[in-house]
Amino acid sequence: MELPRLPAATALRILVAGALLALLAALRFGSVGVSSGALLQALLDIVQGRDEPSLAATLLALRLPRALTAMAVGGLLALSGALLQALLRNPLADPYVLGVSGGASCAAMLAIATGLGAAAIALCAAGGALAALSLLFLLAHRALFARDAALDQGRDSAILLTGVMIASLCAAALSLALAVAPDGKLRTMVFWLLGDLGGAVNPGMAGLAVAGWLLLLFIGQRDAGALNLMLGGDLQAYTQGVPTTQVRRRLIAVTALATGTAVALAGAVGFVGFVAPHLVRRFVGSNHRVVLPAASLLGAILVLLADTIGRSIAAPLQLPVGALTALVGVPVFIWQLQRP
Amino acid sequence: MNVPLLACHGVDVRYGERWLVRSLHIEIAAGERWVLVGPNGAGKTSLLFVLAGVRMADGGTIDLAGQPMAKWSVESLAGLRALVADHWIDPFATSVLDTVIAARYRMRGAVRAGKRADQHAEAVGRQCLAVMDCAGLADRDVRFLSRGERQRVALAAALAQETPLVLLDEPISHQDPRHQFQVLQQLDLRSDCTYIGALHDINAAARFATHALLLSGDGSWQAGESSNVLTNANLSQLFDTKITQIEVGSHRVFVATGAAPS
Repeated sequence: MELPRLPAATALRILVAGALLALLAALRFGSVGVSSGALLQALLDIVQGRDEPSLAATLLALRLPRALTAMAVGGLLALSGALLQALLRNPLADPYVLGVSGGASCAAMLAIATGLGAAAIALCAAGGALAALSLLFLLAHRALFARDAALDQGRDSAILLTGVMIASLCAAALSLALAVAPDGKLRTMVFWLLGDLGGAVNPGMAGLAVAGWLLLLFIGQRDAGALNLMLGGDLQAYTQGVPTTQVRRRLIAVTALATGTAVALAGAVGFVGFVAPHLVRRFVGSNHRVVLPAASLLGAILVLLADTIGRSIAAPLQLPVGALTALVGVPVFIWQLQRP
Repeated sequence: MNVPLLACHGVDVRYGERWLVRSLHIEIAAGERWVLVGPNGAGKTSLLFVLAGVRMADGGTIDLAGQPMAKWSVESLAGLRALVADHWIDPFATSVLDTVIAARYRMRGAVRAGKRADQHAEAVGRQCLAVMDCAGLADRDVRFLSRGERQRVALAAALAQETPLVLLDEPISHQDPRHQFQVLQQLDLRSDCTYIGALHDINAAARFATHALLLSGDGSWQAGESSNVLTNANLSQLFDTKITQIEVGSHRVFVATGAAPS
């Protein structure tokens, strides 16, 4: 089989251009369309401090925070997916398969059921994600950190199985929560479970989300070279000079923070963390110096496009972004798998 | 008096409750070729990992290049010894050349220095592949190599790491007769390199080694120059089966006859 070879620089340029185009589309389309010219005019007005309440300016103020949040969510999920797949050496791993979404959802459902506000729900979700990941890494600690050669082969399935069990447990708890929840809360709960960016209207939060995304990507990126070696087993990486335990600890922390932040921002948006790294690897290979930023950018594009479509296609109805990421992503992914 | 490259002082290796090696005292000087010989499960791989600093010894101390093993950092260790394991994990598509160049991780500072350093790393990688008769595989995906090819790529990677000591776990277990011979010959050509290898093929061991360490799996061991240690009597006792020598041309070859030892 021939190796995928799209030069890294070309791939990253295409993805950056794609992200900018997706951002433009997200600002233009929706229940009401705006022309690019009007958007530019509104942007200039804001930059120059002119306070002319135009339709475009209002839409920009509404759509930009949501679009930026969508990108951060996609970027964070794809980053943690790429990291988990590499750390566990398993192409099936992603924060959702491993029960992280389950933990977040359980905590969020609890918050919604007890009538807490949006901010509290987000915090609970992040806490739940971190709790689930911590539980996973606590249970699978030996498999994860031992440098024993015999474990190199067994470790990956042990961790994955533990994660799947945590996910199943959370799914059962969620079904119970939905069964006993009062009717008035059901719609909020279901929307949250499907992933929802409707709450992302605060420009400050959006800016923070993007900053957090870029920071975590930068931290992950510094260990990308070591990660490349750890793909070949911790034993080999260690003999080649990688302090494997420290790298694992660092990257697990990055994964937990990235997933927690993403879930807090948008609820349970599934699938992106799984599919973005896979698609990227098909084009640029397995060098994580390229895979991490490329997957992160692709995840950002995917969630942004899904959210834009969700807002526009059945307007004024808003479709949940989580369902759309899968609706867009699955056909693309299967088409890619079918290619020779 | 030269400092030995590797010195074991009373090293113990255990597996659970079982003693694999008890109180091992050996000194390995630069340029020597050591083979570990013993029955299945005798602890060859475990001892190899202990000598590589990957696994802690259960007792005793090991000095590498004149300094206790524990004092070397992970990164300096990577400049002193390479390890060729007998299994490989390739979860994602990677080219053979990239796999070999990755072994030079400790020299990544030089890689950052720019294109010329990159070209040097690539040249070394290609040369090591050529030495292991893998020149034609450079652009192939490691996941789709045969076991024998993958093993030679791992050997090439260890050479590309440019270390004075190379530890080998069954380095020719997947090789055809021609490559068995060729791999050991190419390793032997690097006269400044020191090797410690676990080998099942007694004849290959006898051909390659200057020294041998016999492990019987109950904690006892015997070490020395291979001509003194690799004898019919020792090997028959070690493997609990009668081993004799026959002459093939000018070579003497060990043969297990399958009979109980006399």
